Amino acid sequence: MFLSAIKTVYGPSKLRTTPLLSSDNTTLIKDKEGINERLREHFSNLLNRPSTVNNNVLNEIPQQPALRDLDFPPAIDEIKKAHNMISFIVGIEVDNEEGSAAESEDDDKESEKEKKVTAKTRRGNARGRARKDSEEEEETRTAGQRRQRNRRAQRKQAGNEDSDSDGESCKNKKNRANQISKQQEPSDDGEDDNKGSRKGKGKNETKQEKKPDEKGKKEKDNKKKKDKKKKGSSSSDSDSEEEPITEEELAKLKEEVEEKKKLIATLRNKPWQMKKKLDVLKEAQLFVEKFEGALGKGKGKKFYAYKVMMTKKWMKFQRDFENFKTACIPWEMKIKEIESHFGSSVASYFIFLRWMYGINMILFGLTFGLVMVPEVLMGKPYGTLPRKTVPRAEEKTAMNFATLWDFSGLAQYSVLFYGYYNNQRTIGWLKFRMPLSYFLVGVGTIAYSYMVVIRTMARNANEEGGGDDTSFNFSWKMFTSWDYLIGNPETADNKFASITTSFKEAILEEQENRKEENIHLTRFLRVLANFLALCTLAGSGYLIYFVVRRSQKFALEGLDNYGWWERNEVNMVMSLLGMFCPTLFDVISSLENYHPRIALRWQLGRIFALFLGNLYTFIIALMDEINLKLEEEKIVKYNMTIWEASLYNGTIPENATAPPIQVDPADVPRGPCWETMVGQEFVRLTISDTMTTYITIIIGDFLRAVFVRFFNYCWCWDLEYGFPSYSEFDISGNVLGLIFNQGMIWMGSFYAPGLPAINVFRLHTSMYLQCWAVMCCNVPHERVFKASRSNNFYMAMLLFILFLSTLPAVYTIVSIPPSFDCGPFSGKTRMFEVISETLENDFPSWFGKVFSYASNPGLILPFILLMVLSIYYLNATSKTYKEANLDLKKKLQSQAEENKKRNKQKAQQSREMEENSLETKPKQQGSKQDSAADQGIQKGRGDKESKKKTSHQQEGSPSQQHSPGPNAHYASHGRGGSLAPPPHIAVTRPPVPRGYGMPGYPPRNPRFEGFPGGYPRMPRGTPNYR
Amino acid sequence: MGGSASQLPRDLLGEYQELTFLTKQEIVLAHKRFSELLSKEERESILQKRVPKSKILTLPELRANPFQDRICRVFSTSEDEDGSMSFEDFLDMLSVFSDSATSEIKSHYAFRIFDFDDDGTLDRKDLEKLVNCLTGEGDETRLSESEMDQLIENILEESDIDKDGTINLSEFQHVISRSPDFASSFKIVL
Repeated sequence: MFLSAIKTVYGPSKLRTTPLLSSDNTTLIKDKEGINERLREHFSNLLNRPSTVNNNVLNEIPQQPALRDLDFPPAIDEIKKAHNMISFIVGIEVDNEEGSAAESEDDDKESEKEKKVTAKTRRGNARGRARKDSEEEEETRTAGQRRQRNRRAQRKQAGNEDSDSDGESCKNKKNRANQISKQQEPSDDGEDDNKGSRKGKGKNETKQEKKPDEKGKKEKDNKKKKDKKKKGSSSSDSDSEEEPITEEELAKLKEEVEEKKKLIATLRNKPWQMKKKLDVLKEAQLFVEKFEGALGKGKGKKFYAYKVMMTKKWMKFQRDFENFKTACIPWEMKIKEIESHFGSSVASYFIFLRWMYGINMILFGLTFGLVMVPEVLMGKPYGTLPRKTVPRAEEKTAMNFATLWDFSGLAQYSVLFYGYYNNQRTIGWLKFRMPLSYFLVGVGTIAYSYMVVIRTMARNANEEGGGDDTSFNFSWKMFTSWDYLIGNPETADNKFASITTSFKEAILEEQENRKEENIHLTRFLRVLANFLALCTLAGSGYLIYFVVRRSQKFALEGLDNYGWWERNEVNMVMSLLGMFCPTLFDVISSLENYHPRIALRWQLGRIFALFLGNLYTFIIALMDEINLKLEEEKIVKYNMTIWEASLYNGTIPENATAPPIQVDPADVPRGPCWETMVGQEFVRLTISDTMTTYITIIIGDFLRAVFVRFFNYCWCWDLEYGFPSYSEFDISGNVLGLIFNQGMIWMGSFYAPGLPAINVFRLHTSMYLQCWAVMCCNVPHERVFKASRSNNFYMAMLLFILFLSTLPAVYTIVSIPPSFDCGPFSGKTRMFEVISETLENDFPSWFGKVFSYASNPGLILPFILLMVLSIYYLNATSKTYKEANLDLKKKLQSQAEENKKRNKQKAQQSREMEENSLETKPKQQGSKQDSAADQGIQKGRGDKESKKKTSHQQEGSPSQQHSPGPNAHYASHGRGGSLAPPPHIAVTRPPVPRGYGMPGYPPRNPRFEGFPGGYPRMPRGTPNYR
Repeated sequence: MGGSASQLPRDLLGEYQELTFLTKQEIVLAHKRFSELLSKEERESILQKRVPKSKILTLPELRANPFQDRICRVFSTSEDEDGSMSFEDFLDMLSVFSDSATSEIKSHYAFRIFDFDDDGTLDRKDLEKLVNCLTGEGDETRLSESEMDQLIENILEESDIDKDGTINLSEFQHVISRSPDFASSFKIVL
């Protein structure tokens, strides 16, 4: 009412149009269409004037000189301020974009949006970024300006507007960053260009900090954007409100959550500082927590939530389990202490020892749990059977310590040895199949050992990778020669010396590769050394052979007639040889003058040959003895029948079917039981080996150290640095001792189930003893070198020994008939018959049939053939892979070099062009004024920067130009793909080599990916550090 | 774990585990060792305190290291660049030097440690300093001028792929990644 009243009073009484004159001033146009037509004509005339300006003239307009001082790196607090503003603005930006989408109605809604912007800002504050009010207002103002600019940019790219919001936003953000920094302080574009001036660390960090921050925010923004899109511009701004989410958005959200999770998982791989990482982690976790619940709809929601909860719990459990596992690793501190004193090479021995201990624990568990314990618990007790009783003749001495120490007497007739076990098929109420279990444990022990050794080898090989590349000899010496584990000043001094020597040697080698006069001498010496080593080996082999022969003679004549030495001759000789020959080899190898690492190899090889020879002589001697025992067995068997007959004949001659007479099991004559004898030999050998090791440590290390230490005060020369000095830790000898000891365990454990237990005990004590000995009486090596490369060498030796030790064990199992009156397999012609027996009795008949078919040579042969073929095939493919790998490597290298060259050229060109830039610039800008306007600032900066860079910083320019890279990275996450054209680069800059992550770029090794970029100016978001 | 574990809040401990390559035990141990560097009254607020460089260097793990100063500098977040370390810096350092850290991040930090003037590239001066660090203080182990020149020349020839006279991070990582024993020696265990 009121309005209409006013209208009638003040308003025009009639709607009318203002008449216009036509273009030729002749007619007055009054109708609406005519007026519009006239206006159109007018404006097209006005706007489409032909240009009369000469381009040359334009070019000659003097260009403003570049303001270099704009390029100075900003102070830290300036950056912080700028950063705050950016993060702030990012929060508002969404509104602007949306606003410009509804461009036509802009004017009407201007005020409304202004309000909204402020609201957003407030929300931003509430989100925890406390800011002063004045600053806030400033922000709002900036936002307004930005909106204008945005609109302009978007008009230009109207087509892509919807789909490329992502790339766009990034770009805008960047522009804004420039803009703002320009307002704030004249020169902050370091953030975008990642330019390299590392003025203190602070700046760098701030830069990096921005990255995650922005990223997180962007995601939030996107989320918000989504809400907004749905609600339209008039919607309220509450975030917490639950809204229905469409499928598509759900998927996107899910993706984001996944991405966040991935970020959390990989966060530790980033070279950031803890604070930053903490912030990012918290933000990401918050995000995940917030939106994880929103995922899934209807009935799927519950399931999803449940799944998420379970994954969380599982992760936590895994982590706890991991913690638990590391807590279970023994001797960590001891080894660490040794590491810090002696470097990683000595420590590697102890790590090896610990690894060996673990394996032996498992072997021990197998034999103990599946063989020894069942026999003790459920088998017939001691004294019920002849095989479980000490024979009458030995009863008197059975408990003597000397006898027990020799593992005969009572020890021989115990669970420790093969002979004690009964051949009863099942024992106890569990119906435990003892012989089968015994056999399977024996096989399983060896199978498990193979598995573990090969797996470890494979893993080591993986880790080593392409280590045989010798093209970086010097660089490796330089960059990787320091052993950071060294914490002892003395070792450090040795290390310094050894590094210096290695440098000098390398230089010398480089300078004069061939020294004519020396080579003959060294060659001669090396040949001589090898000859001496061979002599030693042959001598030791003969000695063992001789001793074994002699001991057989003693054995035939009866051991009781001889003393302690004759009885233990073989073991003692072997131990002594093992003790002294390595020292001899050491002396010999000093003739050769090899590099310590190579010398170590030679030394290892020689000792290996020595031990191997000794071991095999020993085994051959054992085989002889087994044959003797087998002969003896035949005689005993014959005697047995006579004895039994005499037993029956003597007492109840007329009734042969009467129950057998009770004879004390101790009185029953019995066979020699070669299995127990073999087991005893191995146990004795292990024991004497252990003893010699310990005695060597006590005498050779401890007493020597004590002598040197205390007699140094009253001696005529310096003992500590002079002749005896302290001993060094002998890595190779110790490792080999360990390996051979293990070989004996593998060989003997089938016949002496107690052997792994003994070995575990031995390893346990030697861990402590050797740790103590090393720390108290050894000095670090004069030439400290790292042992990491030897690891697989040790492993290979272990594997070799394992193979060699399974050979005799398997041979005896398969081809020698078991003793007739002792052990779980007595009464069978071969040990493995226990399998077929089990198959017959315990499995359904069809299974046995299948098995017999399967073990038919007609099937096995093709199977073996198939395996051979597959090995051949795999080998061939691995070879081709290797070749392909090599090719790729070469390609990579050449590409990297090419890239470098190109970049250099580019940089040069840009420098040249920069001189002409005065002419070129205006022209270019004329053509793309609008869109380039914002970027012009950046461009200008970039130009200046690239000009400024000295030659080694030229790689910077590509890294700047890579900046769309990260954006593309984001866009690929599904926000409609990135159709946005890459930001226009100033024409004064050369065309950019295509960067990583852009289409059409050949796949590259990620390592090279940031290659052209200088370190401090890695483009943000390059996956280089992920 | 005893009393020192109770000082570290549980959630923080979890976060540290998430963010470093260290296990729980190692973090707790690091916490203990770090608190030992502080005086009694300072131990109350261990997370806010910084330990001066001189005290950090008394740790036996760093005592003999020729790069101790650089390590402190690189991992310190101190604003006055005095190399003092907070507990989080300390954890950062241990994480990088731990057994399970990737060689990627190890080489990244190795580069920063070797980059004596913090300019983002290893130039001849850096290399020279590096060699001097590696050969120790003593005069008898020092390399002569010509040896040094020769050595640096050789190194640049091998590693400096773009031939600009310096080694940048990617070149450095390229070299390091092929080295068999970098990851096993670039290690500090508490």
